[in-house]
Amino acid sequence: MNNLRSRLFMTQSLRIVERTKAFFTEIGDLSFFAWRFFREVFTRPFEFQELLKQCYHMGNRSLLLVGVTGFILGLVFTLQSRPTLMEFGAESWMPSMVGISIVREIGPVITALICAGRIGSGIGAELGSMRVTEQIDAMEVSGTNPFKYLVITRITATTLMLPILIVFGDAIALFGSAIIENLKGAVSFQLYFNQVFDAIEYSDIIPATIKSFFFGFAIGLVGCYKGYFCKKGTAGVGEASNSAVVYTSMLLFVIDFIAVFLADIFFEI
Amino acid sequence: MESKKEIGPVLEIKDLQKSFGDNHVLNGFTLQLFEGENLVVMGKSGSGKSVMIKCLVGLMQADNGSIRIKGQDITVLGQTELDLLRTEIGFLFQGSALYDSMTVRENLEFPLRRHKHKLNITGHTEALIVEALENVGLADAIDLMPAELSGGMQRRVALARALILKPRIILYDEPTTGLDPITAKEIIQLMRSIQKKYGTSSLIITHDVDCARVISNRIILLVDGINYAEGTYQELIGSDDPQVKAFFKH
Repeated sequence: MNNLRSRLFMTQSLRIVERTKAFFTEIGDLSFFAWRFFREVFTRPFEFQELLKQCYHMGNRSLLLVGVTGFILGLVFTLQSRPTLMEFGAESWMPSMVGISIVREIGPVITALICAGRIGSGIGAELGSMRVTEQIDAMEVSGTNPFKYLVITRITATTLMLPILIVFGDAIALFGSAIIENLKGAVSFQLYFNQVFDAIEYSDIIPATIKSFFFGFAIGLVGCYKGYFCKKGTAGVGEASNSAVVYTSMLLFVIDFIAVFLADIFFEI
Repeated sequence: MESKKEIGPVLEIKDLQKSFGDNHVLNGFTLQLFEGENLVVMGKSGSGKSVMIKCLVGLMQADNGSIRIKGQDITVLGQTELDLLRTEIGFLFQGSALYDSMTVRENLEFPLRRHKHKLNITGHTEALIVEALENVGLADAIDLMPAELSGGMQRRVALARALILKPRIILYDEPTTGLDPITAKEIIQLMRSIQKKYGTSSLIITHDVDCARVISNRIILLVDGINYAEGTYQELIGSDDPQVKAFFKH
């Protein structure tokens, strides 16, 4: 019995060691991928046309999803918070509270998570499928650097587009919140937005904007990394798409924690 | 062919070795392709044919050995020089590898984006694209998406794309795999007519004996990562070696 237990313990320990090793190898490979991006992003040739195309695909085509989600977020957040604030007689604080929460934290994180699902998985699946069907090899053989054409354009597009999507999502969420306040609390739109803009300071906007660039970079980076090194077969494409979302989501929370931690030091939020 | 041999090979592989862990795929493979020649490399599935052809265009790094294309050793070339040399090579992939998010026109335009200067083109590339598609009998398919084409048509478009930069060497990776016998014959005829029209040198990787019979000037049989046998189709088919016999007399 003791022998069996020790063998089981050994097997489990070895499995944990292997998984830890695989995890750190993945982190190392991802870091190398990011380093290659910075090494090649400022060197010729530049693929401006493809970059614009990707900005359009990622930005314009995500507007509806981000808008609808932001609107419902604003509605629900306000509806859920009203009873508690009313209990303390603090309903007049609603616009300030909702405004700061959405601009500083909820808006960027929710929008980034939605984009990780929509854009990150899309990049993972697209590049994965291109890898499996040898389209990336064909690109390389035709004398075009596929890293520049596919990876750099996509990472740059997500980095540039995500802050815009976040601002758009925040605005729609505040509009949703204002509708509820107008219907339930008879607060005019002008009064609502006056209170929101009175409450929001640069120390709320600057860290949120900076971290939104990092969110965009993380979504593009992980999606491209997973797709570019996709394993063979359709299962590999599915795994690339799925793991792009999972890894990006985890990375977004890590970035968010670091951003909040640094903002707390520099802006004393 | 003797006079061509005196000029020297356009493509030369010497002692090529490639392993994946303990799996030694290529164990010193050697090959010479001469101007205007159709050289077929045959072997069983998994014998290392595709690995060899990928090493040849720099998609894989060989562990050992040298690969010289038009006198330049590709293993020591920088990225820019390698990209330039790649314009001298057309590559027909096994699964066609057409860019599925682009139309046929855009697929053919793609190699021209960075290498127009090779053909001394400054303006529109339309005429060149139409010519390439006419060569493969698909001028009408110019605005279609790859998903709207049959397997045989996709292979033809892929061949047109491989030819668009007017390469001197064309590499075919299993050109007839996955096609019905009639379409396969059409592709083989197309390969012959293109070779005749442009005088290209072709390296054809296949395990299709009919393809090898029709198109080859010379055949190399790749077994266990080495040149197991070499000769014309007639020489190999008459061989008494059991492995060669097993391959050709099915």
